[in-house]
Amino acid sequence: MPVLARTLEGAGLSTALVTNMPFWAEKVGVPRTLAVEFPFGHLLGAPHNAEQQMRVIREALKVLESAQKPGEIHHSVEVWHEPLEEAQKSWQPPEPSPIIAVMGPKLRELLRERRKRKE
Amino acid sequence: MTVDSFKFLPRLIATFYQMTEVQPQLPIPWTPLQRPLSECVFGLVTSGGLYHKGVEPPFDLEREKTEPAWGDPTFRVISKNISQDELGASHLHINTQDVLEDINILLPIHRFQELADEGVIGGLVNQNYSFMGFQGYPPDATEWREITGPQVAERFKAEGVECVLLTPA
Repeated sequence: MPVLARTLEGAGLSTALVTNMPFWAEKVGVPRTLAVEFPFGHLLGAPHNAEQQMRVIREALKVLESAQKPGEIHHSVEVWHEPLEEAQKSWQPPEPSPIIAVMGPKLRELLRERRKRKE
Repeated sequence: MTVDSFKFLPRLIATFYQMTEVQPQLPIPWTPLQRPLSECVFGLVTSGGLYHKGVEPPFDLEREKTEPAWGDPTFRVISKNISQDELGASHLHINTQDVLEDINILLPIHRFQELADEGVIGGLVNQNYSFMGFQGYPPDATEWREITGPQVAERFKAEGVECVLLTPA
């Protein structure tokens, strides 16, 4: 998505990106970013919570309006309502994605190696 | 407050992201806002894999299932008047249940029409767009950058759009 923000901006549109991964926005270089600590698939808020959605959107519009230079990242103070453990699970697909299914064993091995190095 | 990019990720997937190498591309493009928001027509873009059921096909998840390192780079049109029950979602990397209940969590067509009614923005364009966020592994956004992204930009500009809100999934 950072790539699309850059592409549209480069084509002459003024853009704002809302993301829960400012890490990524910073790495790729996004023109204007609002970072929110919301789970994947829910970046503007919870379903049917129009007030929360509107608060996030107004913050994003403020970033669009006030950013003075490319690469600005504003961090929202909005807090997600679910307990962390629940929120970590509920956004995930019913089954692991094909790439995670393929790479899972390799990643687990990598994590094991990292733990060993720490020990 | 500083948003923690890895808060909602299981350690396995966080490792997956941290392993992904990205070269920062400088300079960052920049189009200054030309006029007050109250005079700007907006367009909306998400990468939530949304599509208009019965009008356009879903994203190609069948190919992704057989080629897990590939992701569909095309886009779908979502009209600002689409009704919730006409909305489909094809995305293998998130749970799409909530967006199928309320499109506004990813493509806020109703919130933006309210903002237009309030006079906060100049308006919302009729045709908005969805991509599907997974662009393969290692990620390859070449088609987004060179073909489908510029196509969406041209369509927006032809409709008088000046500002775009992007919401990944």
